[in-house]
Amino acid sequence: MLLRTGLRTLVIAVIIGPVLLGVTQTLTAAFGWLPALGERSIGVAPWVALLDRPGLVTSIQLTVWTGIAATIVGFALAFAFVAGLYGTPAGRRLTPLLAPFLATPHAAIAIGLAFIIAPSGWLFRLLAEPLQLSQPPSFALVGDPMGIGLILGLLLKEIPFLALVMTASLGHLPVRRWLIAARSLGYSNASAWLRVVLPRLWPHIRLPTLIVLSYALSNVDMALLLGPSNPPVLAVVVLRLYTDPALSSLLTAGAGALLQAGLVMTAFAGVWLMERLITVTGRIWLRRGGRDRFVTPLLAMGRVGVRVLFALGGMAITALLVWSVTWRWPWPQRFPEQFSLAAWRQSGNDWTGPFGHSLLFAGITTIAALVLAIAWLETERRGRSSMLAGIVYLPLLLPQIGFLPGLQFGFLQLGIDAGILAVSWAHLLFVFPYVLLVLVGPWRGFDPMLTYQAASLGAGPLSRLLRVKLPVLIGPILAAIAIGVAVSIAQYLPTLIMGAGRLSTLTTEAVSLASGADRRITAVYAMLQTLIPLLVYTVAIITPIIRARNRRFLRE
Amino acid sequence: MRQLPVVLWLIIMLVGSGAAMAETPQSAEADWVQTRADARGQTVYWNAWGGDSRTNRFIEWVGEQTEQRFGVAIRHVKLSDTSDAVTRVVTEKAAGRDESGSVDLLWINGPNFLSMKEQDLLHGPFVRELPNSRYLDLSPGSASTTDFTVPTEGFESPWRLARFVFNYDSARVEDPPRSMPALLDWARAHPGRFTHPHPDNFMGATFLKQALVELTPDPTVLQRPVAEADFEAATDPLWSWYDRIRPHLWRSGRTFPANESEQQQLLNDGAVDIGMSFDPASTAAAIQQGLLPESARVIVPAGGSIGNVSFVAIPYNARHTAGAKVVANFLLSPRAQARMQDIDVLGAFSVLDFDRLDETARARFESLPDAPALPSREALGQTLPEPHPSWMTRLVEAWSQRYTR
Repeated sequence: MLLRTGLRTLVIAVIIGPVLLGVTQTLTAAFGWLPALGERSIGVAPWVALLDRPGLVTSIQLTVWTGIAATIVGFALAFAFVAGLYGTPAGRRLTPLLAPFLATPHAAIAIGLAFIIAPSGWLFRLLAEPLQLSQPPSFALVGDPMGIGLILGLLLKEIPFLALVMTASLGHLPVRRWLIAARSLGYSNASAWLRVVLPRLWPHIRLPTLIVLSYALSNVDMALLLGPSNPPVLAVVVLRLYTDPALSSLLTAGAGALLQAGLVMTAFAGVWLMERLITVTGRIWLRRGGRDRFVTPLLAMGRVGVRVLFALGGMAITALLVWSVTWRWPWPQRFPEQFSLAAWRQSGNDWTGPFGHSLLFAGITTIAALVLAIAWLETERRGRSSMLAGIVYLPLLLPQIGFLPGLQFGFLQLGIDAGILAVSWAHLLFVFPYVLLVLVGPWRGFDPMLTYQAASLGAGPLSRLLRVKLPVLIGPILAAIAIGVAVSIAQYLPTLIMGAGRLSTLTTEAVSLASGADRRITAVYAMLQTLIPLLVYTVAIITPIIRARNRRFLRE
Repeated sequence: MRQLPVVLWLIIMLVGSGAAMAETPQSAEADWVQTRADARGQTVYWNAWGGDSRTNRFIEWVGEQTEQRFGVAIRHVKLSDTSDAVTRVVTEKAAGRDESGSVDLLWINGPNFLSMKEQDLLHGPFVRELPNSRYLDLSPGSASTTDFTVPTEGFESPWRLARFVFNYDSARVEDPPRSMPALLDWARAHPGRFTHPHPDNFMGATFLKQALVELTPDPTVLQRPVAEADFEAATDPLWSWYDRIRPHLWRSGRTFPANESEQQQLLNDGAVDIGMSFDPASTAAAIQQGLLPESARVIVPAGGSIGNVSFVAIPYNARHTAGAKVVANFLLSPRAQARMQDIDVLGAFSVLDFDRLDETARARFESLPDAPALPSREALGQTLPEPHPSWMTRLVEAWSQRYTR
């Protein structure tokens, strides 16, 4: 009992402590209180300074538009994909394809996508001849004022995540039975998905959807690489304020961070409101029992949309590979003029350090997250999922820029230097909840009979865990490791802020190189960044298959 | 040159700028011996912009040399923006970390220097402690003692020269414009083929300053803080010029490349025809790296262009002050400066005063290779002084107010 409470308190302290520390610092800074800096004039001066910034309103509009559009479209397309391909051979073929996209870090996807859709990108190089373009078009999707490039980039990362979460959740629901019942009542397949399955699926995917919404509203690395720059989205404005040499900017940055958090909270409130609204009006719509005809083509369109996005994503990763082995590729040639491994060789001295750091952080945080997550799940009481249990997802729901700068301040005051500990801890805040998300389903679905049998054979608690439960759950554990590594490798802001630039990873290097002139070197970093999680994913997928060869019951 | 005998140091100190120094030469020499001893075994965290792979490789070479010669290793902390490191020092000061800070040496200029100097965040003055500072022209008002009109007072040590230049593809542009009014005419005739980096970025701000210097009625007011001048009157011609050129910029002047590297990529892709740089050698270097076509060339504005010296400074709370000084001193050695000016290595012009060099040192520079896209020192023409840093801040603010919607 004591052990149980102790373990749970430890997990909450490790994961939520830093968030609270960071939020407090941000909150006080936003109202002028930063005594360490000699700022003690409590008031609204930082807000005045923030509101005075040119283009702030545009930034907010842009943030809201890109974040909400990306989330709604992403959700709809992911649902259409899952619904349209449920139980079909194409579904079984395409679903595994989601994993590589999920594994590819945001920055790599964004860099690759920019290589495709920039005015001088691969797309227009291929179109140059048929369209008779002598110069790259002056129209562009990267950095466009509407943020279309940013939305596309977000979709490429969100759809695979949401689709996988939906597929996993559907596994626990008697979908086939519902569909048969609905169809026997004369509803089309698409209607049945929308009217019967979606309402029952929603509670299972609410949390992942909110995570996606928060990320879409507040991401920094994708917005830096694909979003407009004059003005940029709010999160980038806050980062710029935070890195401004003028002291007072830190206070303004605090106000900006709070505004960013406010936007996310408002969006959450909007989701909650929609939920209420749909619960009421949706019931009327359901009872009217219309056999809506328009949803079938809508679902089909969704499936096409997903395929187009996958093609773009595949092309983006291919573009990274091609650019990394290019020497010269002048516009408007369709393929490089000369190939060379020079970019890999030349940057060889440079990337080994960041490569090592990436591996180090991924290793430390994944192991720590796994241990904490198992401790959390093992101490969970059946059938009692309290509010408190949800709190560990807080780091994923709050915008990173809202508390990381404050956390850096707090850590410094506690004497935690910018270093391996600070960066690993910051990564852990985001790796742990994802690892938990992967494990929570399998853990709850674990057949307790196996434990009882082991106990009756005289196995103690630890040996029941290590020799029965973990081996049976090896598949989900490996999947959790793969997710953990991918999440850690992809972290941009935590590494940048907590590492003080001293600890560069492949991700921070790739993002800073992407603003440079050499696409070839950038491509090398983005490729390396993609390779690590892809390899881990492959291992995570293959190992259980090999292990399950002579254990039929593990295969399902 | 490996280990200068003590006697030789003594002679150099006595013959050199000894008279200008407060301390007696002997004690200065002894101090430096002490600094060298303290520095041995240190690792200097040099925070420097990391966006240029040639500079990065040069810094790597400097590290190998100082490691070999003085036992001082260098860790290059690659910044995407120098202000990141300034913020770091500010944050450390705020958190009460007055020693063992994380930044030892910082590549710095202009507003960042002014900001750190005003907040007492710099160690020094230290430049005259460096034996190799004898090769510099340290007279008051010289390029090596002024950073954007602000006297450096020995708080930062020079290492490379920078000059504003345009570059273009001579295969596509026959007669490039050589002044801001000519640029306007050219842009009208070739809509969408010119742009500049976003003014939030150093290069974009420098472009605005170059335009201001050329267009303002009386350039001398720019040498004083902006508060003492009539900003409206000084910048009015600039804005009316900019309002006229903006609609003809790439993507109608609604979006801008983030920095000069992105702009260079646009030039290489043929998305624009004219680019710019703050390093006259960067075009030749980019050609060698396959990042610009062979036909790329440099043009300097006819009336001269603004230029400055890049410096290194040591934060007040640096952990490895001695090591940082050894590195700053090595950067000023004729060996390092000549290698830096070698177009096959970096191509950045040296800050040394050639009149103060001996025969062997001068020979190092004379034997350097040449490249067609590399302008000679003469072709660069007149260097115009940088405006006071407060102008850059105000100018960028005013630009944002006007053109960020």
